[in-house]
Amino acid sequence: MSPTLEVRDLQTHFFTRAGVVKAVDGVSYSLQRGKVLGLVGESGSGKSVSGFSIMGLVDEPGRIVGGSIRFQGRELVGLPEPEMRSLRGNRIAMIFQDPMMTLNPVLRIDVQMIETVLAHEKVSHTEARARARDALGMVGIPSPDERLKSYPHQFSGGMRQRVAIAIALLHRPDLIVADEPTTALDVTIQGQILAQVQKLATDLGTALIWITHDLSVVAGLADDIAVMYAGRVVESGSVDAVLDAPLHPYTHGLIGSVPSRNRRGAPLQQIPGMTPSVINLPPGCAFRARCPRADGICQQTPEMAELLPGRTARCFHPHLETVPA
Amino acid sequence: MTVFLLRRLLQAVGVVLAMTLLVFLGVFAVGDPVEILISPEADQLERERAIRELGLDLPLWRQYLVFLGNALQGDLGRSFVFNEPALQLIYQRMPATLELALGATFLALIIGLPLGLFAGLRPNAWGSRTIMAGSILGFSLPTFWVGLMLIMVFAVQLGWLPSTGRGETVTILGMRWSFLTWDGLLHMAMPMLSLSLSRIGLVIRLTRSGVRENMVMDYVKFARAKGLSPNRIVFVHVFRNILIPVVTVMGLELGGTIAFSVVTESVFAWPGMGKLIIDSINVLDRPVIVAYLMLIVLMFIVINLLVDLSYSVLDPRVRLESRE
Repeated sequence: MSPTLEVRDLQTHFFTRAGVVKAVDGVSYSLQRGKVLGLVGESGSGKSVSGFSIMGLVDEPGRIVGGSIRFQGRELVGLPEPEMRSLRGNRIAMIFQDPMMTLNPVLRIDVQMIETVLAHEKVSHTEARARARDALGMVGIPSPDERLKSYPHQFSGGMRQRVAIAIALLHRPDLIVADEPTTALDVTIQGQILAQVQKLATDLGTALIWITHDLSVVAGLADDIAVMYAGRVVESGSVDAVLDAPLHPYTHGLIGSVPSRNRRGAPLQQIPGMTPSVINLPPGCAFRARCPRADGICQQTPEMAELLPGRTARCFHPHLETVPA
Repeated sequence: MTVFLLRRLLQAVGVVLAMTLLVFLGVFAVGDPVEILISPEADQLERERAIRELGLDLPLWRQYLVFLGNALQGDLGRSFVFNEPALQLIYQRMPATLELALGATFLALIIGLPLGLFAGLRPNAWGSRTIMAGSILGFSLPTFWVGLMLIMVFAVQLGWLPSTGRGETVTILGMRWSFLTWDGLLHMAMPMLSLSLSRIGLVIRLTRSGVRENMVMDYVKFARAKGLSPNRIVFVHVFRNILIPVVTVMGLELGGTIAFSVVTESVFAWPGMGKLIIDSINVLDRPVIVAYLMLIVLMFIVINLLVDLSYSVLDPRVRLESRE
């Protein structure tokens, strides 16, 4: 069976006065039906831009300059806007980071939900309202009939994110791109929403791309993981394998930086330095300036290579020694 | 809500009281109406009789108390000059000013909103740059100059539009209106356009900056991610948000437009309130000045109230607060 989503060598660049920002520069991943891919990276690593690229929502001065995005076998790069629009919110949905900002403050929830139903299906207004109500119930909003008549500001942050998720689920999409949807929420709410989304994705057979910088979220939710650094995927594989024995020094450092993994009393580990600016990035491994293992060969750009079965990384000096035999 | 309205009403009474006091003191400081109103050839007896008739023989504070007493009974005094009730004088001229100001505001909205939308959505287009440059001209050019230019082009050279007066009027509710007849509309065209020019510029700039601000908001991106058409996003999602500042500013401007349409009315000899107040100030016709300013203050208060109320229609966040 062909994967729900297959991204090959995607390149999304922003053409600014300061230079070309290669926000996404050769990103590949694929996703099977009903699976969850965790897309992990620091701020500015290009993970969000790769999500917007899939949605066809890259704003000026950004542009997809190369690669392919195949959704259910259909090429999305270069797809005319009307066709892309008929997929958006219908077959591919997106959930945003800040639930306080994603709903229009001056329109009622029912208006914002019903318009989404009517944008893709010719159904009666009553039918659309019923669908909206069911979706709200599905994400665990109590008394959905009354809540439909509310305005966004009458909801808490967690509730608003549930509404956003309900909107994303209205057409039972095949793919949801979730861009750090729980980052702005309390830990308890975050847990509830994660559990709910996981259940819904399994029930509906929806594939999920979960963009986050939080490894603990990915550990509990995702099947596969792709770690991004400076616009490229530096390591990918199944979530358990990668988190247990990371191959790339960056992933290694990232996992080491999670406080709960450190021993009590011992100083926290950190990755020295900062994410490099992706404007006019010099050739070679982008991580070499911060990498304890870097040497002369890292002046060249490493290729993505399958180092172990089902595990790929972009590194000349991977941590192969820690992999259990 | 009732408490809110009541508080507003009390405030209004306070403002009107303070204003009348200021006007009394102000007119007293500027000069003695007696010098202007009574002919220099009049003898001592005639003089004193006239002064007593006008009530100017009393000390100022007594004059003020007399005025307040009469005002409470709905009598704002008689004009020194026309010997007619001051309010009646103003009411006769009010429709002319009102239709001019409302017409100018309406024109500003129907021209400014679409142009501002266009300029906001296509900030780099050639047309948008032209619109923005035009909007600067719109509120930099002095009203009287624009009025004179309009008269020169459309009345003198082309002869298309009449340059003075109100033209044919229709009487409704005892008031004469020009905007209901074709001839009246032709007479209104130039003063209305000249009065609305700076407001068009204002609406364009407000709308444009609103569009620019809102289009990059997450809710717009989310609306696009829902697969909505661009038209729905602009005209339903963004437009509702832009209207909030536009309504506020235009509401407040409306008061100013009514109160200060003096210049336009003078240029086009439009027989409105603005012309009346200028003439009255020249002859220190205190009852008319006081009555006019009271009316203007009340109008500002009412307009501000309407703006606040329209807010709650446009912005649900305000609605909740006022209910609690």
